[in-house]
Amino acid sequence: MGILDIIQSIIPTALFFSAPLIFTALGGVFSERSGVVNIGLEGLMVMGAFVGIVFNLTFADVFGAATPWLSILAAMVVSSIFSIIHAVASVSFRADQVVSGVAINFLALGLGVFLTKQWYGKGQTDMVSQPFYSLDIPFLSDVPILGPLFFQDMYMTSYLAIFIAFIAWFILYKTPFGLRLRSVGEHPMAADTNGINVYAMRYIAVMISGAMGGIGGSVFALTIAMNFSQSTIVGQGFMSLAAVIFGKWHPLGAMGAALFFGFAQSLSVISAGIPLLEDIPQIYLLIAPYVLTILALAGFIGRAEAPKANGEPYIKGSR
Amino acid sequence: MFSNRLFNILIPVISVVLGLLAGAVIMISFGYNPVAGYQALWNGSFGDTYFFGETIRQVTPYIFTGLAVAFAFRSGLFNIGAEGQVIVGWLASVWVGASFDGPMIIHLPLALIAAALAGALWGFLPGLLKAKLGVHEVIITIMMNYIALHVSNTLIRTVLSENKDTSDKITDSASLASSWLMEWTSYSRLHYGILVALFAAVVMWFLLEKTTAGFELRSVGFNKHASEYAGMNVGKNIILAMVISGAFAGLGGAMEGLGTFGYMPTHSAFTNLGFDGIAVALLGGNHALGVVLSAILFGTLKIGALNMPTEADVPSELVEIVIALIIFFVASSYIIRWALLRLKKEGK
Repeated sequence: MGILDIIQSIIPTALFFSAPLIFTALGGVFSERSGVVNIGLEGLMVMGAFVGIVFNLTFADVFGAATPWLSILAAMVVSSIFSIIHAVASVSFRADQVVSGVAINFLALGLGVFLTKQWYGKGQTDMVSQPFYSLDIPFLSDVPILGPLFFQDMYMTSYLAIFIAFIAWFILYKTPFGLRLRSVGEHPMAADTNGINVYAMRYIAVMISGAMGGIGGSVFALTIAMNFSQSTIVGQGFMSLAAVIFGKWHPLGAMGAALFFGFAQSLSVISAGIPLLEDIPQIYLLIAPYVLTILALAGFIGRAEAPKANGEPYIKGSR
Repeated sequence: MFSNRLFNILIPVISVVLGLLAGAVIMISFGYNPVAGYQALWNGSFGDTYFFGETIRQVTPYIFTGLAVAFAFRSGLFNIGAEGQVIVGWLASVWVGASFDGPMIIHLPLALIAAALAGALWGFLPGLLKAKLGVHEVIITIMMNYIALHVSNTLIRTVLSENKDTSDKITDSASLASSWLMEWTSYSRLHYGILVALFAAVVMWFLLEKTTAGFELRSVGFNKHASEYAGMNVGKNIILAMVISGAFAGLGGAMEGLGTFGYMPTHSAFTNLGFDGIAVALLGGNHALGVVLSAILFGTLKIGALNMPTEADVPSELVEIVIALIIFFVASSYIIRWALLRLKKEGK
């Protein structure tokens, strides 16, 4: 295999694996930037995957080719509503945010599998008939070199993920709303004094993370898993959380980290047959995202500094 | 006013009741009979000696992971990595248990110590990073969980077996299994581990409440800065807390490796023993006795749930939902406390 063939086989696979991680990690950025730790990303993805698959199976005949898009929309809405539980517990009830996140993970999986058994009579759903298909972009795919790399055999969701990452960056850093959201996560009391509703901002941020986690989960389900069961989402949410931190709580950083993790995953999938890479034991590629996150946090790859008020419930009137 | 002690007992009890009630509501709304459902759960955990044995078997690792999480909590740390520590403990115990044969009096303790050391090592790194660099332990321990999962799977395939999905069986001299306990419980997988677990709970109580080291650990958990000014070495205590916590979780893994299974299979996903340990510790108020009691509750729920589909046609995942809700209620104790005080005021 020539070097170009190798790159050509890696890049689309990497983009394919990273799309769900990018969506979810962006949600995590919003939540954590507002000061709410979100260990529940995993659960939000589970919910997204469940809703995406169920919607797809139920309405495949009605909506035809538009079904997968409507499925992720439905997953977005439901996961966003589901995430309110996390917001209520950690913002209003002053629960430990990590504990509440853990409970979200339990609850999503429990509900998902319970309802699957309830509605389908078995532990997993059928395969969906209308998943996302990869396609060649007209004209662009004919461009030499770049065409095969970035525009052939691609999933639209991968482009969407990258596009939304830039939108998230714009919202967080270039709009008044973004400034408020970040200020609530850095110094809620100062924000409160300036007339920003800390609780409302945090609710909104958590719901955005729910929406994005829902999209991430459903995209994973409709591009990679194709059905829902207990083991559809195993760790992708935590990997997204790692991407949030490795990306230093910045939307574009999180996207970069998610792309890198997707790249690492794709290497472990297609490494066989690629010279040099096939000699590396798979285990190193499997644990790479986690090891790198630890190194990043320990300051070996640039210091990762969390938002100041991350994880602390805001209690009005306390100093 | 309610006393604090009363609150500490009331809140877990109320949370469990609310969780079970919510479970009943869910059963009703899906057309099941909640009484039959909970009856099946009860029969599935205490209905006969077999189920009873299985319940106690499940309680054993829960006590360990609950102690692990509780111990870290008391020192002001959140050890979400009990899961990974269970896995490396399991691996280490099976490794030592299977690699040679010897007198039980040496072999079994050696396998247990190996598990504790492996778990301690897995807790040491997050502790070190927290103490020296101020890195939050939650994220590090989550990452360590995945590293443990993948590394142990690889080791099972390459070192502990010849490219198979389970490790070799441990030799009898390292086994916690007991033929009379099994016979007595109609051949459940009950093993001597429960005694080790109860002993560990006593150790934790004694260590935290009756020794200077325990006092320092609790003091650091209450207020880092005050402890620092009082001359305690905060960093050392953080590392120590994570190491001991990891050792408890590692022993929890040994219960599975030396007791329940006698080998270690590769895992495609987590065992959930460590994550459930968080629930056990929270509900148990992070006290040794509380942990034992709530481990019994969660073991009962988990094993009883398996009987719910057969006897009452209710999917066993209902129990997962109930457990998640219980965690929510305990975590939101602020609102329960508020509601109780409110009720009390209006009652006057």
